[in-house]
Amino acid sequence: MMALTGLFLITFLIVHAGINAMIFFNDGGETFAHWAHFMGTNLIIRTMELVLVAGFVVHIVDALLITKHNKAARPVQYAYSNPNANSTWYSRSMGLLGTIILLFLIIHAAHFWIPNRYNQFTTGEELNLFTRMQDTFSHWYVVVIYVAGCFSLFWHLMQGFKTAFQTLGINHPKYNPLIKNVGIAFSVIISVLFASMPISMFFNLVH
Amino acid sequence: MSENNMKITLKVWRQRNNKAKGALETYKVDEVSSDMSFLEMFDVLNDKLIREGKDPIAFDHDCREGICGMCSMYINGQPHGPLQGVTTCQLHMRSFKDGDTIVVEPWRAKAFPVIKDLVVDRSAFDRIIAAGGFISVNTGNAQDANALPISKELADRAFAAAACIGCGACVAACKNSSAMLFVSAKVTQLSLLPQGEPERQSRVLDMAAQMDAEGFGSCTNTGACEAECPKGISVSNIAHMNREFFAAELNKK
Ligand code: HEM
Ligand code: SF4
Ligand code: FES
Repeated sequence: MMALTGLFLITFLIVHAGINAMIFFNDGGETFAHWAHFMGTNLIIRTMELVLVAGFVVHIVDALLITKHNKAARPVQYAYSNPNANSTWYSRSMGLLGTIILLFLIIHAAHFWIPNRYNQFTTGEELNLFTRMQDTFSHWYVVVIYVAGCFSLFWHLMQGFKTAFQTLGINHPKYNPLIKNVGIAFSVIISVLFASMPISMFFNLVH
Repeated sequence: MSENNMKITLKVWRQRNNKAKGALETYKVDEVSSDMSFLEMFDVLNDKLIREGKDPIAFDHDCREGICGMCSMYINGQPHGPLQGVTTCQLHMRSFKDGDTIVVEPWRAKAFPVIKDLVVDRSAFDRIIAAGGFISVNTGNAQDANALPISKELADRAFAAAACIGCGACVAACKNSSAMLFVSAKVTQLSLLPQGEPERQSRVLDMAAQMDAEGFGSCTNTGACEAECPKGISVSNIAHMNREFFAAELNKK
């Protein structure tokens, strides 16, 4: 379930990053607004949105259950342990990285998703998300929170992308290098792309 | 160059029995030779403790040549110590320096309760094997060894998985105390061979169920098991077991 929901969340990231990248057309958010409108009103997309929320919930609930089970499997800790000798810090910190992502997601949803949907329900109108982005990202601390969120996402994906395949039983000498490299490339591209949005808005590079 | 006069400080987990509370105790061992194995150093220390009328340190060992899987010490934060592909009995003092302090603990897992000091009960592994890690053979004469054709490639992969000695270092290294490397090695070995075919699907389900019942954690793919395994068992066996498991689940009636 971790792997399936994780891969599903990854597909969401691709679409989300793609649409948001429209701000870089530097046309006052016109292209972006077009696609944001499509995403905000299309029935299929709105249904997928519910599936997406469910995907997050299942991923998080499963993470909590697994973590509880795994903690119980070692009631007495080692007095001295050297885990860096056999594994990477981020592979052991999926729960911590995921929690940071979750905190970020709550803040992020409060910035855009919740106000926009609320407005749609009450007035039937969508908000101008582009100017809302410009406002939101004019505060340096918001930019810092977003960059920190992208940073956690990067490490979560660095481990999650490739291990989702391993969990699903896909491990073959011929394809392993491909999965690994695509995983690295994906983690870098997605996080840098997302992080670049608040940063370039803050410095007024996008208008 | 071999050295004969190393001074080593050991911090060893002492625990009277399963119920007692344990603690690390400090021992000084002088005149350690760099050619000694790690266990021989413990023999020297125990000899001294016995002559002083103290309780010697209990630790598991049998073959002392890296094939039985009995030795099991968590040395300076790593199962079987700092080297790769080596059991504790094959670790030598030349891997340490004069004056070093070495912390030695038992494997830590709910499914591996401490019996005494550094000795843990690994019968959970036996019960997992009994649940499905076997093949059925007809009584009577053994059949001709070459009667069943097996490709070289499959034989090699099965053999690599069969190299597991059941030491439990994978569990000890895993942050979740998961036994997936051990279980997947046996599942993979038998699933690749025609002899394992009759019980192929029930085996993976039964062994996985027993593994969970014993209280081992889940695999989270950190790769620590593979890095610490003295026999170089690969995590590709875990992916293979996951495949076997999904197929068996889907086919289950
Ligand atoms: C929202 C908060 C999140 C939390 C609390 C969280 C938590 C976790 C945890 C604890 C694991 C390790 C599970 C295990 O032990 O196998 C994990 C794995 C994973 N996560 Fe997340 N995560 C979150 C968000 C995300 C997002 C946004 C994505 C992708 C876009 C994602 C993709 C993955 C993937 C692909 C895996 C690997 C699955 C596997 O190894 O089988 N996660 N997550
Ligand atoms: S897989 Fe390796 S570490 Fe685990 S029990 Fe077998 S030999 Fe020991
Ligand atoms: S004592 Fe047999 S493997 Fe170490």
